[in-house]
Formats: sequence, structure tokens, C-alpha cells
Amino acid sequence: MRRLILLVLLFVSLSLEAQEDGFRVTEESYNDQSVEMADAMRANGKIYVVVAVIGVIFAGIVIYTISVDRKVRKLEKEVFEEKP
Amino acid sequence: MKKNWWKILGVVLVAHALISGLLLDVPRLDILNETIRNLYFHVTMWFGMIALLTASVVYAVKYLRSGNIDFDDKSISFAKIGTLFGMLGLVTGSVWANFTWGEPWSGDPKQNASAICMLIYFAYFVLRNSLQDEQQRGRVSAIYNIFAYAAMIPLLFILPRLSPDSLHPGNGGNPGFNIYDLDIKLRGVFYPAIVGWTLLGVWIATIQFRIRSVSRALEDN
Repeated sequence: MRRLILLVLLFVSLSLEAQEDGFRVTEESYNDQSVEMADAMRANGKIYVVVAVIGVIFAGIVIYTISVDRKVRKLEKEVFEEKP
Repeated sequence: MKKNWWKILGVVLVAHALISGLLLDVPRLDILNETIRNLYFHVTMWFGMIALLTASVVYAVKYLRSGNIDFDDKSISFAKIGTLFGMLGLVTGSVWANFTWGEPWSGDPKQNASAICMLIYFAYFVLRNSLQDEQQRGRVSAIYNIFAYAAMIPLLFILPRLSPDSLHPGNGGNPGFNIYDLDIKLRGVFYPAIVGWTLLGVWIATIQFRIRSVSRALEDN
């Protein structure tokens, strides 16, 4: 158990040390406009998000309707084409 | 796939209405603000309803001329989805009115007339369910369908325009949406949206009809 704790602490200290002389995340990196992010999804009052949600719902309904359509076609084949 | 091109077209057109209708520029108008986009959804419901109920009455006449029960099945399928579109039109209209006219139901002549129109079509379904014999049901409901359609046209297109105080555009001395329709951007979404919603309604109606004819074939066997 002690060894395990020691090992964990060791790793934590390692990562801390690594951060000290490596790259650091600061407040500034949140405002760095030179890096491109998915800003379009947050622009214009986030209307794109709503469009995406509506698109997903519509796609779901269409896929469901297609599956119903196919099931009916299967039934039609069974009923109308296999008459004795 | 060849037979289904119109289903794909309907889905594409409605998707165009959903995406372009929310993202493209619209004229900035007082009171309406962004709700002018309802033109692509609320108004198209009514256009779709008219188209579907017209199909219903056409099949009702065809049934009366031929006595072929398939036409009666088509007629009821189109009437059902048409009435659904009408109900959605009423509900979406109430939501829109709540935020632009101040209350969901202001007793506007066009609101009242479309509600009466819905009641007339509800009576059609009650009438159908009250008759047992297939051919009798087909004949009576086809005749009622013709009367219902004949009542709907003046209720929706003539009486609201005659009344002096309607809130709807194009009625009671208000300018019609035509003024805004002249905007090519609105037209570019509005007209495809009408076609798209109508095709979607036709698709659902054909599924209904096919289920009916399958179950009829099963009963007959």
C-alpha cells in the first residue's frame, strides 16, 4: 500500500515538474483568437446549434418513416405476390 | 428507387426549409422580428392541407364514379393527413399569435373559420366510423367529403377576406404577405417548403393507404 502511494505521489510530482518548464495553460489561452475553434456553432446567438438539433430530429423521423415504408412493402409482397 | 424520387425530393425540400429557413437572411420587420420565419412552417402547413384535402376529394369523386373501394381508401388516407396538417397549422398559428398578436386565440375571423373547417372534417371521420357496410360508408362519406371541401373553400379564402377586422395578412384590409413574398430570398425557401411538406404528407398518406389495402386483402382471404 505504501509503495503504491509512493508511486502515485512520484508520478504526480513528475507531471508537476514537467509543467513547470513546459507549456502552461493560462487565462490568455482562452482568449487566443489565433487558434481556430468551432466558433461557428456559438456565433449568432448559437442558432446553428438549434439548426443541428432540428436537423437530427428531422433525420430521425425520416429514417423511421423509411423503415415503416419498407415494412409495408414487405407485407405487400407477402400478401399480393404469393397468392395460391 | 426510380419510383421513390418524389419522396427523396420531399425530404430534401423540407430539409432545405428547416436549415435555410433558419439561417438565411429575412426582412427585419416590426413586431414580426424573427417570427417571419414561421412563413416557412406555419403557412406551408395550410398550403399542404389544401393540397392533401384536394387529393382526398378527387378520390372521393373517383370512388363515386367507379365504386372501386381502393379510391375510398385513398380518400380517407389523404383526408387524415390533411386534417393533421390543419391541426398543426392551428396549433402553430396559436403559438405564433401568442407572441405577435398578444394572445393565442383572438377570435380572428380566419382562426375561427379554420377551426370550423377542422370540425367539419372531424365530423367526416365520425360519420365514417358510424357506418358498418363498406360500400355504404364509402358512398355516404364521399358525398360528405365533397360538401366538406365545398364548405372549406369559402371558409378559408372568402369569408375572412370579407370581414372588416382580421389580423391575418391579406385579410380585413391588411396587406398580404405578398408584399414580403416579393422578396426573392423568402420565395426561395417558401415555395420549395410548400412542395416539400406536401410531398411528405403524400408519402405518409400512401403508407396509410398501403396498410389499408394490405389489411383489406388479408380480410378477404
